[in-house]
Order: sequence, then structure tokens, then C-alpha cells
Amino acid sequence: MTEERWRITVDAGLCIGSAVCVGTVPSHFALKDSHSVPVHEVVEPNEDVLAAAESCPMEAIRVLRVGTDEVLAPEL
Amino acid sequence: MTATSHEATPYPFATAERLSVHPKLTELRREQPVLRVTMPYGGDAWLATRYDDVKTVLADPRFSTNTVGKDVPRPVPLVQTHPSILTMDPPEHSRLRKLVAKAFTARRIERLRPRTQQIVDDLLDTMIAAGSPGNLAESLNWPLPITIICELLGVPFADRERFRRWTDLLLALAGDEEEIRQSRVNLNEYLAGLIAVRRSEPSDDLLGELVTARDSDGRLSEEELVTFGVTLLVAGHETTANQTGNFIYLLLSTPGLWDQLVADPALVPSAVEELLRIVPLGASAGFPRIATEDLELGGQHIAAGDAVVVDMNSANWDESAFERPTEIDLARSENQHVAFGHGIHHCLGAQLARMEMQIAIATLVRRLPTLHLALPAEQVEWRTDRLIRGVRSLPVAW
Repeated sequence: MTEERWRITVDAGLCIGSAVCVGTVPSHFALKDSHSVPVHEVVEPNEDVLAAAESCPMEAIRVLRVGTDEVLAPEL
Repeated sequence: MTATSHEATPYPFATAERLSVHPKLTELRREQPVLRVTMPYGGDAWLATRYDDVKTVLADPRFSTNTVGKDVPRPVPLVQTHPSILTMDPPEHSRLRKLVAKAFTARRIERLRPRTQQIVDDLLDTMIAAGSPGNLAESLNWPLPITIICELLGVPFADRERFRRWTDLLLALAGDEEEIRQSRVNLNEYLAGLIAVRRSEPSDDLLGELVTARDSDGRLSEEELVTFGVTLLVAGHETTANQTGNFIYLLLSTPGLWDQLVADPALVPSAVEELLRIVPLGASAGFPRIATEDLELGGQHIAAGDAVVVDMNSANWDESAFERPTEIDLARSENQHVAFGHGIHHCLGAQLARMEMQIAIATLVRRLPTLHLALPAEQVEWRTDRLIRGVRSLPVAW
């Protein structure tokens, strides 16, 4: 199987709970104790997840390619 | 016959006086957290007053902010006519926000600290040189955010009197609708002019970047480009200028607060968060949301198509979310207030506003520790005819 998978991480130390990501892709992010957590750590490719990572004011979200760990978003 | 069950209460409950929050909100949070209200324009809406419900309305995708061209329940006279980032839902909203989000991340805003400190120092040098007393509103609160947003966007600082007047009219709770409409036209034409200049003389400011995103990559329409420029300019100065004045008024008029900061300036960051929570910036609930399906909110059935407005001031004073909510605790550690909103419309400029207010207050505390109001607090004059609360002037002495 070579199907592409992405890994989502949220840095709890950076997250301020603005919920920009939760509002952008509610299927992939949720608030827990006022901080964002990915609903699933490994997901299928999804443009909205990249948009959420690009829109995070704290740059707390990372979207990585599973296998290579290449950072797909955000652009730093 | 069933009219009584849905009888609507006129909202706002009273004209917003100074920084007071209407006591009825405390009772509503306890007894009727989602209330049917009649807004000043556009008819009836549901008013959410509890912290949890307010957050739900702001972040749940079942509530839409796309109200362009619709006579929806609202606090201001004019109907929205131009799609802006504030009236867009995903995915359009994400497309626009992504274009500028990078310029407003915490990391990028940190880099503006030295420049912001320099601006604050220069402004205070001028005020101090003119001698005590001074008017802090015109000496610091307004020119600070205007200078920063002008530099970020690439708008001439020299034009500030014009765009301040137009912005002010856009936030009017009532008044001559033709005059308000003309202000909107003026702002659009003003930004269109600045954009046109960039097409012959490219620039590396935010407006220049947006023009490139439009012309090279087609990532937004011409109308979206102009409206985005207006939104960034308006939102980039009006709220911060007024809120800085509100904060300093409260710090100087409440016994002990200023002295506490002078004795312990390290409290400034947590003090700014506490002031964001305790100071009611809005004179009324603002942008309405429209339910896109039938749903339940705080025990109340909301039908698809119903308008919902949220009272942020009430949410920030909710005793179920904050301990001792009416007490000003400048060292409060847990402070998940909703002053900047929540969800996709969470204030783009939140980190910038925080940084500007932290530097303004920290510098005042350090350079003018004896700062005080130059007249009795009750004689400070307030604007009561705008969506955003603020002082008309802030006479101070030192």
C-alpha cells in the first residue's frame, strides 16, 4: 500500500484555543479542555486540513506526510 | 394565540453607559439563556448570553455569517452589501483568511515589537514635551494602531483623518443612512485608489501582496480585494484605539489597579487579558448568525433560517466559566475569554492588538507612574452612539 496519509499534530503549549481550526474542519479538530486536538492523528489527504494549519494564529498545527515526515503545512 | 411564548424583548436593553454591563444579562444567563429579542433593525433574533452557548454559535458550522444583501436582524442601520471575510463561510472564508493569516501569526507579530515600542516612545515624548495635562486618546490611543496598520497595509498615515471619519460613521448605531452609505463608498474608492497605484508601482506591504495574489494567481476577485483592504484598515485601528482608552480609563478610575501595575509591571500581559475579559467593548451584540438547519441551543429550539446574536460581554462575565467574574484580577491565570471571538472568525489581528496594548500600558506604567485622570472619572465623556464603546477624549495628568 502506497496510499498517501497525513499526520496532524497540535502543539498544546502553543494552542490558545481560538478554534479557528475547529470551525474550518470540524470533522478533523475538536476542543478538549479549551485546546485543540486532532480527531484522528492520521488522516487521508484533505485540503481543508492544510487551510486550518495555514490559518492557525499560533502556528500550533503541523501537517506531515506519513513516512517522510515532510511538513505540508504551514508554510513557515 | 401563542404569541406570548415568543414575545420578543427590545435589545439592547438600554443605551450602553460607560463600561457597564446590563444587570439583566446576569438574570438571563441563569433563567433564559437564549432569549427572543427585537434588534434595532431587521426584526427578531435569538440572543445567546451564556459562555458555552456563545462559543457554540461562534464556532459551529451550522451557524452562517453570510448575510450579504439580506435585511437580517442587526444593530446597525445598513444591510451588508459587499461580501467580506466577516460575512463569509468556509470554504470562501478560508481562501481569503489564508492569504493574510501569515502576516498576523504570533511569531510575525513578535517581530513588530521593537517598531511598536519606538512608536509608543515617540508619541509619549511628544505628549510629555507638551506638558501635563494631555489627552491620551489623541496622543497615544489613536495614533498607535493607525501608524501600525498603515505601515502593515501600506496606507498613507497622512490620510488618517479622512478614513477615521468614514470608519466612525460605519459603526454608527443610528443616523443619516445616506451619509453612512457614502462613507462606505468613500472607503471603497479610497482603497481602490491605493490598489491602482500598486499596479504601476508594486510594493511589498500587505496590500501589495494581496494585489499580487489577485493579479498573478487569481486567488480573489477585484471586489474581494477592495473589501478586504477596507476591512483590514477599519478593523486594524478602530477597536484597538477605543479599547486602549477603555483599558486606561478603567485602570485609572478603579482604586489600586494602576499602583498595582506600577509596583509589578510583569503583570501587564495578564492584566491585558483580564481587561479584555472584563471591559465590554461592544455596545451591543454585533454580527448576526443564521442557523442553516433546525437545532437546539441552550435548551431552545432554533429553526433553520433564524437569526442568532451573541452577547460577548455576557459570556465574558459568565460565572459558570470564570471564578469571581465581576472582580478585576490583573493576575488571573485561567482566562479563556471570548473578547476576540471564537472559531473561524476569531480576530485575525488578536496577536497584534494584544502586543500594541501590552506595550502601550507597560510603557505608560514605566515612564509615567504618577499618571492619573485630569478630571473626575464621571466627567470623562463617552460616545454612546457607536457599536464600539470608547471615550471622546481621555484627559490625563502626571
